[in-house]
Amino acid sequence: MAQMTMIQAITDAMRVELKRDEKVLIFGEDVGKNGGVFRATEGLQAEFGEDRVFDTPLAESGIGGLAIGLATQGFRPIPEIQFFGFVYEVMDSIAGQMARYHFRTGGKFDMPIVVRSPFGGGVATPEMHADSLEGLMAQTPGLKVVIPSTPYDAKGLLISAIRDNDPVIFLEHMKLYRSFRQEVPEGEYTIELGKADVKREGKDISIITYGAMVHESLKAAEELEKEGYSAEVIDLRTVHPLDIETIVKSVEKTNRAIVVQEAQRQAGIAANVIAEINERAILSLEAPVLRVTAPDTVYPFAQAEPVWLPNYKDVIDTAKKVLTF
Amino acid sequence: MLPGIIKIVIERKRQMASKAKNAQLDVNKQLETIDQQFQTLQILNEEGEVVNADAMPDLTDEQLQEIMRRMVYTRILDQRSTALNRQGRLGFYAPTAGQEASQIASHFALEKEDWILPGYRDIPQIVWHGLPLYQAFLWSRGHYQGMNIPDGLNIYPPQIIIGAQYVQTAGVALGIKKNGGNTVAITYTGDGGTSQGDFYEGINFAGAYKVPAIFIVQNNRYAISTPVDVQTAARTLAQKAVAAGIPGIQVDGMDPLAVYAAVKQARERAVAGEGPTLIEALTYRYGPHTLSGDDPTRYRTKEEDTEWERKDPLVRFRKYLEGKGLWNQEMEEQVIEQAKEEIKEAIKQADAAPKQKVSDLISIMSKNLDANLQEQLEIYKEKESK
Ligand SMILES: Cc1ncc(C[n+]2csc(CCOP(=O)(O)OP(=O)(O)O)c2C)c(N)n1
Ligand SMILES: [Mg+2]
Repeated sequence: MAQMTMIQAITDAMRVELKRDEKVLIFGEDVGKNGGVFRATEGLQAEFGEDRVFDTPLAESGIGGLAIGLATQGFRPIPEIQFFGFVYEVMDSIAGQMARYHFRTGGKFDMPIVVRSPFGGGVATPEMHADSLEGLMAQTPGLKVVIPSTPYDAKGLLISAIRDNDPVIFLEHMKLYRSFRQEVPEGEYTIELGKADVKREGKDISIITYGAMVHESLKAAEELEKEGYSAEVIDLRTVHPLDIETIVKSVEKTNRAIVVQEAQRQAGIAANVIAEINERAILSLEAPVLRVTAPDTVYPFAQAEPVWLPNYKDVIDTAKKVLTF
Repeated sequence: MLPGIIKIVIERKRQMASKAKNAQLDVNKQLETIDQQFQTLQILNEEGEVVNADAMPDLTDEQLQEIMRRMVYTRILDQRSTALNRQGRLGFYAPTAGQEASQIASHFALEKEDWILPGYRDIPQIVWHGLPLYQAFLWSRGHYQGMNIPDGLNIYPPQIIIGAQYVQTAGVALGIKKNGGNTVAITYTGDGGTSQGDFYEGINFAGAYKVPAIFIVQNNRYAISTPVDVQTAARTLAQKAVAAGIPGIQVDGMDPLAVYAAVKQARERAVAGEGPTLIEALTYRYGPHTLSGDDPTRYRTKEEDTEWERKDPLVRFRKYLEGKGLWNQEMEEQVIEQAKEEIKEAIKQADAAPKQKVSDLISIMSKNLDANLQEQLEIYKEKESK
């Protein structure tokens, strides 16, 4: 086992799959010689050649269409969208086309595509790069939306996503790329898509979250513990489809819950999780389920990020409201 | 008799058709012809010698000096911005050194009333169009007041989404036309930008509506690390104009006079109602793509850098002006001093900008805040008052 950052684990997952299956292809802007602007594909072109790992012209809709076409010809494309803030340029390919191919052809065409992209915020990118747009994706029937929060999960989830025959949107939080290392096994292993992970067990409140907010939530749980509250932290890992079983089981145990997301408040994953809880476990609840989110503005200018992004203190405040309701 | 005549006519038609068909099928010839039509316009060579007097634009000595002054100033701005970024006193920055002729001379061909839709690298043009430098710095730092552009300045915020400025330019120029104005809209993208669907849509719409627009492509050979020959099989980017039915010109983008001449003509055509022009300027960025971790040695060679540094726009223009007795060391130093002084002042001004609050951001979300935002505004104001 090796100590890896999340980005190293992601590169490793792609290396494993490029080696295992010659139909796997990686392409996107600057993913070749340059190894991607975050270096997620570092060394892969050198190792597997330009036929397998290649730069595209600068056009996201072109990249999306290329992936769809290649998928119909038996390949397993892993296109990279350089920053998820640019996803609007490829929305038709993703939400309009790849999500619907299987359906439109009565099940004839598989779409074994993994759209990888850095997302989230907190790293002072220029305008329009950073954002949490997983809600847009999760609202699109036909897509799976996966968001790892640790190096170990990133590798196992990415390998599963590559082997999945349906389109998967794989969102890599920019702040987590290099924020910490973890033991990551060599070679292949998979983590089932659509399964949440109970990061920390507790009995007083369930904190349901994903992405970078998993770490803020764990930190909050530690603080709450000092004040005598036992918080359970659930990392969704896949935001669509949701692991409803794990969520409901936890809420039935703790009777209280909050949902924490980095994304803005309007619509979104947190609202959906709460709706599921209301529909399936309302009688277990002793307090309303509250949300911790960013405010409903456009993703902020870099200087305002630290005050705009939710953090562990917000998680503590909201958890206490629910705990003392 | 009649059937005979008809037969002859038909045969002739067939012959013509088959001849025409052959010419149409000669696809290599077709590509060759297109390639031949797009030769690079150069007026000043690398030595600062006039090689194309026919195309020489009409510029007074003062105007020539002003172009030089602005290019020198902009080079200093680039150096200072880079240094300030490294000290953590500036945020996002996309270096401009090497591209001064493309940026400054193209802008110099405009009028104050013309509208600019820049890309993220085109800060010099909007600063010379009147944007206070401290606001450019605020934008770099990620402050919302950076692009709160003062009234009376016909400037749009630098585009981040590559290609988006091209389609919007078609709209701006159509608006100018509908308003009966005699100004133009000018926009900038890079070689990579020409691959976007928006690029084609923008020039096509502009051609279809025959609007007063100028589309500049600063071909600095790389889109981050991706070389231009990965972008397209086309030999030039200027020839992309053909499909839109608009003129396309390729110029030596290291030659301020060639750039100026092409843009000046495009502007004259535009205000005369003759429609848009696409101009490709062949240039090079000496620095990294941006200062956020790009390392050009991963994808460019030292030899290529050196080859392009020999074409430097400041060097050749300085030689040209010195030859005419219009420029000297002292003038250059004066510009450098002035630039440094003004940059220092602008940084001070940027430092004095109020800290950004979430409530500020909420309040600029829309003209009238809906109840949801109003509620959030109150919550954040309350939090911020503690
Ligand atoms: C729609 C979109 N895709 C990708 C990017 C990321 N990106 C920023 S600059 C750049 C390269 C642009 O190259 P070019 O058009 O040649 O302009 P240059 O930077 O060389 O001036 C890329 C891929 C972006 N900003 N917008
Ligand atoms: Mg370029």
